[in-house]
Amino acid sequence: MKIHAAIKVAGTLRVPSAPRPNPQVFQQFRGFWRTTHGVCLLLFLPHICSAGQPPAEVMAAESQRIAVMAKAGSSVLAIFDPAEQGGGSGVVITADGYALSNFHVTHPCGNAMKCGMSDGRFYDAVIVGLDPTGDVALIKLLGRDDFPHAELGDSDRLHVGDWVFAMGNPFLLATDFQPTVTSGIISGVHRYQFPDGTLLEYADCLQTDASINPGNSGGPLFNGLGQVVGINGRCSFDKRNRVSVDVGYAVSINQIKNFLGVLRSGRIVDHATLGAQVAADDQGRVLVANILESSDAYRRGLRIDDEITSFAGRPITTPNGFKNALGIFPKGWRVPLTYRRENKTYPIYVRLTGVHGREQLIEKTLGRPAQPMPLPKPGEKGRKGQPKLPQLPKMEPQKLPMPEVVKKVFAEKHGFANYFFNKLEQDRVLKLWKPPGDAKGTRGVWTLVGRLQSGKEVSFRMADSEVELKAPAGDSKWMLGSKFAEAFLPGSNNGLLSAMFLYRRMALDGTKGFSDVYYLGTLPLPPQEGLFDVIVAPYRGVESWFYFDLHGQLAAVEIYADEHSDPWDIHFSQYRDVDGHDLPGHVMVHGNGSVFEFDFDQFRFSDEAGK
Amino acid sequence: MIRFSLTTSTVIRWSVALLVVAVLLGANTTSAADPSLARVIDLAQAKMVKIYGAGGFHGMQGYQSGFLISSEGHVLTASSYALDPDRITVILNDGRRYPAKLLGDDPRLEVAVLKIEAVSLPYFDIAKAVSLTDGTRILALSNLFNVAMGDEQASVQSGTVSVLTRLEGRRGVFETPYHGPIYVLDVATNNQGALGGALLTFRGELAGILGRELRNSLNNTWLSYAVPIDQLRQSIDEIKAGKFIALKELPPEKRPARPMDPGLLGINLVPDVLERTPAYVDQVRPGTAAARAGIQPDDLILLVGNRLTQSCKALRKELEMIDQADAVKITVLRGQELVEVTVQAGPDDK
Repeated sequence: MKIHAAIKVAGTLRVPSAPRPNPQVFQQFRGFWRTTHGVCLLLFLPHICSAGQPPAEVMAAESQRIAVMAKAGSSVLAIFDPAEQGGGSGVVITADGYALSNFHVTHPCGNAMKCGMSDGRFYDAVIVGLDPTGDVALIKLLGRDDFPHAELGDSDRLHVGDWVFAMGNPFLLATDFQPTVTSGIISGVHRYQFPDGTLLEYADCLQTDASINPGNSGGPLFNGLGQVVGINGRCSFDKRNRVSVDVGYAVSINQIKNFLGVLRSGRIVDHATLGAQVAADDQGRVLVANILESSDAYRRGLRIDDEITSFAGRPITTPNGFKNALGIFPKGWRVPLTYRRENKTYPIYVRLTGVHGREQLIEKTLGRPAQPMPLPKPGEKGRKGQPKLPQLPKMEPQKLPMPEVVKKVFAEKHGFANYFFNKLEQDRVLKLWKPPGDAKGTRGVWTLVGRLQSGKEVSFRMADSEVELKAPAGDSKWMLGSKFAEAFLPGSNNGLLSAMFLYRRMALDGTKGFSDVYYLGTLPLPPQEGLFDVIVAPYRGVESWFYFDLHGQLAAVEIYADEHSDPWDIHFSQYRDVDGHDLPGHVMVHGNGSVFEFDFDQFRFSDEAGK
Repeated sequence: MIRFSLTTSTVIRWSVALLVVAVLLGANTTSAADPSLARVIDLAQAKMVKIYGAGGFHGMQGYQSGFLISSEGHVLTASSYALDPDRITVILNDGRRYPAKLLGDDPRLEVAVLKIEAVSLPYFDIAKAVSLTDGTRILALSNLFNVAMGDEQASVQSGTVSVLTRLEGRRGVFETPYHGPIYVLDVATNNQGALGGALLTFRGELAGILGRELRNSLNNTWLSYAVPIDQLRQSIDEIKAGKFIALKELPPEKRPARPMDPGLLGINLVPDVLERTPAYVDQVRPGTAAARAGIQPDDLILLVGNRLTQSCKALRKELEMIDQADAVKITVLRGQELVEVTVQAGPDDK
């Protein structure tokens, strides 16, 4: 009887999987436990019998795990639609209430939802941004600026076998909003799950044997430290009637980190594509099978039958591996790519375009409403075959009146999940920017004088309707009346001149100088490190993209004639104070296939009418 | 007692103390320098293979799991209809792809051994496989749902052995020909493609092979189980030694003077219309040797002696190697039950 009890204790305690205060100690502890646990049964038997408790370190590991789970659980959401008929899970990731969930959870809620937290309270929340392809939604809880929130982990550092736990509201059991905990290990990393006929594609996802059931969708997968490493969203249900078969998938948090900046823009965001299809040849090499001539990759030199050897820093060995490497980026991201042709390798940077056309994505998002992972119905047969996505039945989102508190932070606009947050971010970025022209009198003509690397002088004269360039190679002039498209004619400097014009216009008039300005989100700007806020400002048929760094300094302006040709881009750096203006000392220009740079050393703002 | 702020030295002290006691008790423990679980999994992954064969229609998957059991390319897996001897592909963990030969298949234990032409492969040593007790923590490695392709890694699940018991393969409960001991697992391993996967301890020791998707038809629950390797050792050795396979045709001088034939036993096989028509019994003529031995229509003849009869043709060939004067041991699959009979050709009853 007693021996039986002891075996049971040893068999069910998950001591080796306890959270890791120190990985090294943990490993040793785990090894120690495994090595000796057969012996422990015997050794601790008297101890168990006498004290009724396992050894102290076992108890300590358990209480540590309980503490980690309690803290993690405080950030977990039970999400309900406004009618409180269905729902899923989520997790708060900032003190001011930004939270992650699945697109297929929030979608049937419409633009407002109710979120229960483990403090037993119910909070109103509003939709912020949607990534329908990646099945991710960013929402914001309202009413507090000190929400308990979870830290984000690093999902690329997970190893198969790592202990993880899922939290959420499976089967919508928790009427008191205390999340349900299920634990397991990482069963696989970098998994690719086909879109399966629906919009939702799970690239580079995590696989776990922690039970993921209907209602867990949108909830967090935590590592042993209680950091979010994934958002649970998909399971292989197979024959068990949509009940876990210990094969669940989570969107990796590192993918979501790439998307957070664009999700905060309040937009419906798209995933990236290279504009090329790949396939493995009989030797297992990943070759370009097809490529769009309009793609940036094509313009950078990539052709059919080139072998892709690395993408975004990952070695590429299988088509799935390529899809995984690609599937974690939003449209517009720039990544390094290396290809091989005839034993020579070519490293390039490519700008990724969108999987969908803009209207196509909006239509797919709005036209195919999802519902939260439905609860199994008695007698319903599960589907055999490949792992299934939560299905997207045709169902109208809830049409209930929006609570007043949500109305204040919601603005409807075509192509946006919630335009309110786009305006919020536009204002944040532009408020941070201290452009030249703040000071009195700078509305007039700007004159910028600099030196080329050769030491020769170059100068710009910029006014409201024209820009003149004086350069050793010859002078050029651009007037507002000229067609913007001509800026992209070969041999012309008009791209540079019109970009300088738009730079001055943004500095002086802000978003009012453009039509339909929007905040795109954050994107990288290679070769610079980090992410940059991007404001997109359309003007007379061209799009100008303004990149700002974290300090609000303008890092680059790009202007596009269309998305099928290279932009002109102008990078500003080495900012310094000139007569009270924060101005770039160095400028680098790419356009029409050429690169040139110069150092600015004089800025003059004349009172002359700048027309 | 010890505070939780475990230092290395505390652990070592405890390990040493425990080892000392363990040695005193004569307990069998291994070195304290166990590899981490990550290392255990990495080493095990390298021995896993993905198997592709026939199927891919009517919900029958054409893929399953297996693992290497010799450095020269023997692969252990479960016998299944996917193992069409003509086109089995094995993909190693590193993505290398090989055509595989079905060395043999023991339908009574539902085990099969494949062979690929490769050398210096990492493998599980069948001789060193361990036996588990109830409550042992286990890892289950398989290519469930074919989620991994090429050089992608097998899925790893964790759980415990709920109980070591016998599989009650009663008709109408679990439809299976295997009736031997099994490890019942508390983690759902009964997923498509997991068949033939490896059951390991947390130290990476091989303990079993993952079983098929079995549903209890009485209560509609699914059983996750693995067959202990020690049940399979003999069969694996015999398959590797060349038993359980159709022999090459004997030279004419070694053939029996009076070769056996199904008809002589009173068995009418189904019409042999396919290249490989399964050896189903169509009719048993009353009063014949087969009828006396209890062979029934619709029985599928799997073995003659220990030789696999994968088709009507193969069955006829096997029987040709037996003299009419000799008794024949025949194993048939009747429903989901294996039935073994001995048939002695002789005059029909009147």
